[in-house]
Amino acid sequence: MLRGSAIEGPNRSAHLEGTELESYVEERMLTTTLDQAIAWARSNSFFPLAFGLACCAMEQFHAAGPRMDIGRFGWEAFRASPRQSDLIILAGRVSIKMAPIIRRLYDQMLEPKWAISMGACCSSMGVFNNYALVPADKFMPIDVHVPGCPPRPEALMHGVLKLRKMVQDDPDMGWRRRYDAVGTEEIIPGA
Amino acid sequence: MPDATGLELIAHDLGDTVLETVYFRERATLAIDPRGIRQTLQHLRGLGYTFLASVHGVDHYPEEPRLGVCYELLDMGSVDRITVKLRVPCDAPRVASVSEDWPTANHQEREVYDMFGVVFDGHPDLRRILMPEDYEGHPQRRDFPIGGEPVIFTLDEARWLESRE
Amino acid sequence: MSPPEAEGPGLSAYRRREQSITLSRVEESEIKGTPGDGDGDRAETTDELLTLNFGPHHPATHGVLRLLVTLQGEIVRDIKPIVGYVHTGIEKTAEDKAYWKVIPIVERMDYLAYYFNAMAYVGAVEALLEVEVPTRAQYLRVIHLELNRIASHLIWLGTSALDLGSTSIFLYCLREREMILDLFEMSSGARMHTRYFQVGGVIEDIPAGFAPKLREFLKIMPGRADEYGAILNSNEIVLQRLRGTCPLDAQTLLGLGVTGPLLRAAGNPWDLRKAAPYSSYGDFDFKIPVGTVGDNYDRYAVRLAEIYESVKIVGQALDGLPEGPHITGDRKVALPPRHELATSMEALIHHFKLVTEGFRVPPGEVYHPIESPRGELGCFIRSDGSAKPARVHMRDPSFVNLQALAPMARGSYIADMIATTAMLDPILGGIDR
Repeated sequence: MLRGSAIEGPNRSAHLEGTELESYVEERMLTTTLDQAIAWARSNSFFPLAFGLACCAMEQFHAAGPRMDIGRFGWEAFRASPRQSDLIILAGRVSIKMAPIIRRLYDQMLEPKWAISMGACCSSMGVFNNYALVPADKFMPIDVHVPGCPPRPEALMHGVLKLRKMVQDDPDMGWRRRYDAVGTEEIIPGA
Repeated sequence: MPDATGLELIAHDLGDTVLETVYFRERATLAIDPRGIRQTLQHLRGLGYTFLASVHGVDHYPEEPRLGVCYELLDMGSVDRITVKLRVPCDAPRVASVSEDWPTANHQEREVYDMFGVVFDGHPDLRRILMPEDYEGHPQRRDFPIGGEPVIFTLDEARWLESRE
Repeated sequence: MSPPEAEGPGLSAYRRREQSITLSRVEESEIKGTPGDGDGDRAETTDELLTLNFGPHHPATHGVLRLLVTLQGEIVRDIKPIVGYVHTGIEKTAEDKAYWKVIPIVERMDYLAYYFNAMAYVGAVEALLEVEVPTRAQYLRVIHLELNRIASHLIWLGTSALDLGSTSIFLYCLREREMILDLFEMSSGARMHTRYFQVGGVIEDIPAGFAPKLREFLKIMPGRADEYGAILNSNEIVLQRLRGTCPLDAQTLLGLGVTGPLLRAAGNPWDLRKAAPYSSYGDFDFKIPVGTVGDNYDRYAVRLAEIYESVKIVGQALDGLPEGPHITGDRKVALPPRHELATSMEALIHHFKLVTEGFRVPPGEVYHPIESPRGELGCFIRSDGSAKPARVHMRDPSFVNLQALAPMARGSYIADMIATTAMLDPILGGIDR
């Protein structure tokens, strides 16, 4: 039975009305748009693709390791299959033999998907400016470039947090426009 | 390493195949005629050099004959190393493959073929190993361009974009 | 630019082959040596040989190794490794740079044993130049080399245990590796690819807090290695998967050019640190762990035992660390200390010459081998008298050891092949260079 303020039980607030009710609700509930809620969920539970090419993969292990612990942000579920992941962290140097394969992996990932280019070798050609490498921007859209050779786990963390903020702030991120980016199609010789 | 006298004795035993002996920084090298490579390695195996550590190529551009192949042999019993090298010209780069006697030479000869273009007769599976199989050119040759992209710093990029307008 | 096509006449034969797996039917009589009990019903069926593509993107291939595996059921009949997916043109890039600048390039080859790459290269240059390395520098090199050996074995153990199914070992190994990388950061400023070894010595002397921190680590490490042993040594799953699987005898291994822990597991105690000591290894007292059967379990046990031996070596090197310069005094090869630049004209000229052009090396060819965590790592340098090398070739142990995978894994199951690839410890950066 409802009587004044000395009420016990689950229906304490049943007597509130009007502005009191509104402020009561505001203090206790989070209101948001559906987009923002989804973006919050997405950014806190990325499934990175377990993809390490070279030295940067060692620092990627350390970022997932006990000290730097990428699992604090919910990113520890490295998936083996591109079909189950939504983030590809390109860790290491991309050679011309590997580039079409990475592109195929990226195409196999389900939308929405993001890419972090970790290290100097895949962002630009890094230390090796020669015939054998190709910077990742040439064949796939990259969202965050993390500099370093190899970047410390803290640097990778910084890139990770930046991506997380990007996804949280702008749920759409124009990624469909990005995915249709010009200049990133695979070129087949002779075709 | 065999010392200088030991090297000369080995060279004497091999006879005409040996073109030159080099003893540099306490390392012994035999420069031989490319046609005698299998016999030379078998002879050295008989002398105790039973381990082929490395097969690699060198490009002596611009001197002819240009393409060289080096074989590093190791005697594990007396911890001795000896190098055998040969040179082939660029227009006829054929060397007999030693992969039948020395299975370790399989991948290494493929790498020399890939990087320099030296064709090994008798190799079971001579394909490119490091570059894509349909790649043209032999990257490690001295006249192959190093490739890469020009590094455009921010100021140059601005000037370049301006110049295009 | 045309949109990508999945198939089409524009593709070369190589690209078309890349996109298919092949299936071929063979008669039962053509397949010999099937393991397992002889089942009478099998004689009536024809078996298929399936060629399956493993990788280059695969969680168990330790990098971008691609294997074309020919299977009969679950039994591996043939393996063809295809490499080159991380080929970086290191040797070509090295021809373009001064001798000093090649050190960071060559370090990135075998990316877990970076000090070893630098040591092989720097040793070869020092042989060409005939410079003396001071004893203190040699001991510092040994300390860093053995710490790097422990770090490399820790990643090997972590990723191999991950392949066998144990995630916790991976995290434990990373915990120890963080301590080692902290030590590297103290001495050189970087965790990996530190550019610490220079021609003639090391770039900087160790700072004040390095020795106590290193002693702390040396006290902890054997206990931690005991923990890994306690978890893995008598573990039922590890024993079933590693004991008796894929053995290969020492004679075949020698024919294939295999060195390092793989050869030692098969019973041959060949180790360049004992056979041809370089950089004062002869001053230290340590044992070489050797296996008996040469199966996967021996390969695992040998590497685990090597961790203890490396800890001993580092302890002895730290205790016996002599006073002295950390780099050769030959100013034509090593940079003079900075405080001299303000007072001595000669030092300034040497500094200028070294930084702009670099030192010139007399013409000649040298091959300098050392013992890396995977086997014999050799560096061949051909110099033509100028300030840039004419040819740098690194004889990488993983490249040669990979040839042993097919003989090892033929006739075993896929799971054994995975375990063997893990025990082989291939590092694709070294294989592809």
